[in-house]
Amino acid sequence: MPGLGARLGRGGATTTQQSLADSDCIVIMGSNMAENHPVGFRFVLTAKTRGATVIHVDPRFSRTSALADLHVPLRAGSDLAVLGGLINYVLNSERWNSDPFFREYVTHYTNAPVIINPDFRGPEDLAGLFSGYVADERRYTTDTWQYADQQARPAAAEDQAQTAEPRPQYLGRLTAPPRLDPTLQDPHCVFQLVKRHYARYTPEMVERVSGIPRDRFVRLAETILANSGRDRTTAFCYAVAWTQHTTGTQIISACALLQLLLGNIGRPGGGILALRGHATIQGSTDIPTLYNLLPGYLPMPMATELERDRTLEEYLRRNRPLTGAWYNTPAYLISLLKAWYGDAATPENDFGYDFLPKISGDASFQAMIPMMKDGIMKGLFCMGMNPAVGGQNAVLAREGLANLDWLVVRDVYEIETAAFWYDAPEVRAGKVRPQDIKTEVFFLPAALAGEKEGSFTNTQRLVQWHDKSIDPPGDARSEAWFLYHLGRRLKELYRGDDTAKGRQIAALTWDYPTEGPLQEPVIEAIVREINGYTVADGRLVPDFSALRDDGSTACGCWIYSGIMPEEGRNRAKSRRGDERAALEWGYSWPRNVRILYNRASADPQGRPWSERKKWIWWDAAAGRWTGYDVPDLPETKPPDYQPPEGAVGLDAHPGDAPFVNMADGRGWLFAASGLRDGPLPTHYEPWETPVGNPLYPEQPRSPAAILLERPDNRYHALGDPRFPYVLTTYRLTEHHTAGGMSRFVPWLAELQPQGFAEISPELARELGIDNGDWVVISTLRGEIEARALVTERMQPLEVDGRRIHQVGIPWHFGYSGIATGGIANDLSALVEDPNSRIHEAKAFTCNLRKGRLRSGAGEERRE
Amino acid sequence: MSTTVARDRPGLTGTTGARPGAVGFLTDTTLCIGCKACEVACKQWNQLPMDELGFTGHSYDNTGDLGATTWRHVAFIERISDEEGRRPTSMRAFQSNWLMMSDVCKHCVYAGCMEACPTGAIIRTEFDTVVVQQDVCNGCGYCVPACPFGVIALDLGDGHARIGDGKAHKCTLCYDRLRDGLEPACAKACPTDSIQFGRVEDLMDRAQQRVATLREQGVAGAHIYGDRAVGGTGGIEGLNAFFILTAPPEVYNLPAQPELPQRKTIPASLATVAAGLVFGLAAVLSLRRR
Repeated sequence: MPGLGARLGRGGATTTQQSLADSDCIVIMGSNMAENHPVGFRFVLTAKTRGATVIHVDPRFSRTSALADLHVPLRAGSDLAVLGGLINYVLNSERWNSDPFFREYVTHYTNAPVIINPDFRGPEDLAGLFSGYVADERRYTTDTWQYADQQARPAAAEDQAQTAEPRPQYLGRLTAPPRLDPTLQDPHCVFQLVKRHYARYTPEMVERVSGIPRDRFVRLAETILANSGRDRTTAFCYAVAWTQHTTGTQIISACALLQLLLGNIGRPGGGILALRGHATIQGSTDIPTLYNLLPGYLPMPMATELERDRTLEEYLRRNRPLTGAWYNTPAYLISLLKAWYGDAATPENDFGYDFLPKISGDASFQAMIPMMKDGIMKGLFCMGMNPAVGGQNAVLAREGLANLDWLVVRDVYEIETAAFWYDAPEVRAGKVRPQDIKTEVFFLPAALAGEKEGSFTNTQRLVQWHDKSIDPPGDARSEAWFLYHLGRRLKELYRGDDTAKGRQIAALTWDYPTEGPLQEPVIEAIVREINGYTVADGRLVPDFSALRDDGSTACGCWIYSGIMPEEGRNRAKSRRGDERAALEWGYSWPRNVRILYNRASADPQGRPWSERKKWIWWDAAAGRWTGYDVPDLPETKPPDYQPPEGAVGLDAHPGDAPFVNMADGRGWLFAASGLRDGPLPTHYEPWETPVGNPLYPEQPRSPAAILLERPDNRYHALGDPRFPYVLTTYRLTEHHTAGGMSRFVPWLAELQPQGFAEISPELARELGIDNGDWVVISTLRGEIEARALVTERMQPLEVDGRRIHQVGIPWHFGYSGIATGGIANDLSALVEDPNSRIHEAKAFTCNLRKGRLRSGAGEERRE
Repeated sequence: MSTTVARDRPGLTGTTGARPGAVGFLTDTTLCIGCKACEVACKQWNQLPMDELGFTGHSYDNTGDLGATTWRHVAFIERISDEEGRRPTSMRAFQSNWLMMSDVCKHCVYAGCMEACPTGAIIRTEFDTVVVQQDVCNGCGYCVPACPFGVIALDLGDGHARIGDGKAHKCTLCYDRLRDGLEPACAKACPTDSIQFGRVEDLMDRAQQRVATLREQGVAGAHIYGDRAVGGTGGIEGLNAFFILTAPPEVYNLPAQPELPQRKTIPASLATVAAGLVFGLAAVLSLRRR
């Protein structure tokens, strides 16, 4: 989540779901929380019962809207224009300018007073672009975005679109304390740059872009303003409906900017709740399944022409900042190498740094799909993933699967990805013959959550243990069993092999104890390794402050360190709740902090901003921070601490710096580095859009979006009359992602048995469609059929004098299982956000007509 | 919503004939998010088969109604636009415009199904809930028309149901779970506490407070369905599974003034007797004339 990381320092939700109960106003935007996070939604309802206002900003009137006080419909893809409008509205409001709270928060806790390089130019000056744009490479150089008077320049390639997430270490490299103007008057200070940048995001402009009538927008803005301040807090909840845009990172980052301006970050009932897509998605980036990260957000070493981490020294030189929490990078990385390579990691061989794979090119998920099709990638393991349904441009994804040598699918049912070779729509239609597909498919049964023990790390970085209730049936096994025994057999296979690969595999410690008749690895032995221990005696470390860079400690994931602080105490298992931070319920990284950046819950002098919103505060008598939560800063750092000259690490931050991961300890209204498409969020239209961009007519779409245009992944031109409707895809409560765990289950399948498309009565009338009719939805990537669900919950919007119709399609459905339907992702395209490499499935264009496909593909099988 | 308020009979509002210690459900529709977890939890615990309904096109409701193999049913009522066809933006506090209600057997204080059952298969349990004893039921079906809410049904194996044992089925209020000191599966699964399980008298107190709060927050139509004033009328004397609604009961497909069909038997019998007498007298008279 670089959108939050680049401004606040950590790519995780800043608050907890429970803390929403303390909110005075909850804005749900880019999320359908009631449907996709029904359990967390109970805290929204608790807040509402206590009198909070709930606002849902969304193209559709969903089950979330039904429980809101205010539903604000907007055109899919116009979120950033609305957030920019809110920023502009706030900065010019009487409340913001008259209540000293806001200025105090912003001056002390954000980089508003920092002076930026005077050569910086923004979209106001450059017709929709920032300075440093390299047009033929569709990317920016970021020299002019830096803080003024700094010696260090960003390394030549730091802004290259080579890796998926910006490296956390790029969160500023300071060689001197930043130059400040506490009056916020200097024309080159961040505050003035922000003010100028958003001046054109007026309520009138918001209406032209998004279709939200002016008075409704003003009501939205006034409600948020009235519920922010010393004594009140507003929270924002978002999910993948913000992420899945070519400007997704910047949409999220605009929310961070707005919440910083409103003084809502780090405070109870405030913050930004990033609602993750499903269970333990947070965990899968913490201990990553991403190709470009090591555990704990340490970057993978690079081996490209522009970025080289050939040696440990080179890696640390490029990736270790002098100031902030990341100063300890060497201790984290070397402890990881000790955990992985054990005795084979010695000071002489750079702790086995050479064993680590290096990244030589783009291996993100989106990039894999064309690589399979083009024969570059030969084999694929698919575990908990169903790309034949969930892959963007799923037609292309299935063509890719059909061109592999081998494919391993581990799942609980025979999902589409395992059955594509005989059951896909193109096979049923006779366009592809199974005998022409050379892929060897191995289908292996997997265990469900109740059939294995382990942990989930959910939305709010909270690690919760779950027990095993029953053995998996038949040959079904847990992922841990599969990976452990696969690794064990690989080690046997490569024994005595003296090639680089053989030595790499031999060096790996792979000695987890196993238990039971199935020889399952003991999961708590893995937790032990994740927590970390001293190498000499194997004693567990209390937390990551004990980690060293001399090879005396080992730790599998530094941010989780503390989860098992002593033998027999697995904190993920603890289940004692309370009405405040519930510190004894599960374990939350880092160091069990529940609300991140909670230094900001107190004023610069360390006193609670108000009695009602107190969370942590400075206890002068005891000389330490105290309160309901674990303080998210060194516990004994006084509020008036000033760093001595030459201080490094967290000692370089003053006592009023809440954002410990940032180089200067401040929340970044202006992201001097870390984002590839601009330091300030800017509204660009989705890559496929029926309308232009009134904000920047010369620059309608993102200048840095990653395009993968090719004959099997064609894009619609801006305003293409053949594809006049805005299409958005989403999920339903009744099903789970690509359906592997729900469409095969009778009790869930019957609740939403068939794919459908939601359209407004106005569009239905125009096209002569009745409720329940078959319709065909098409793009240049593919076409599917679905049943029409004609509902007033969908509505056309007036956008810049045009009436824009929106079509909504749940993307769960496929050809396998009980509940079936056309695959919505057959319609979407591979086109990506340059920061997160996430596709654009929440806003693109399509055509829709009454009727059926001739092939009958997508038709439900059950008659 | 003033019609509903007017319908309330103040003396009977919030009162129920439930026996002391009786347990039941309070289903607070203002907290329902339509997730259908109750439907799934019910089917799983009671091992009820999938219904073969398919896509209905009726909002997000593909369940249709309560039946022999569906003991919880979430109804979806879209009331999006106003009379002039305008979509709303600001809504009444809590659920509005798209109403969702998890319907269930009402476990009536005086239950029509039980009184109609000729075999004694339908009994009142020690928890004051109404349960069909499967080993006694002979599938006569008298209970079906006797339920004023259309809850109980025979599993005839046609259409929806798959078992096809021909017997009457409905919610047992998870009798087996109650025996083990557990709350019913649907209440356990409900993520927002829209379904609450407990002693009816406690739940009724809670419901009255909740309705008062809702009205303060501007939900003028909030009312209890299932006390002696509304829903528990006509000799039923209250519903052990009752509801908080925000629109008139008819909107949720619930009868506004249900009554026990048995109540009509005595007047109907008397009428039959009277008619017999009249016809008999007429016959006698006409015969005499000859």
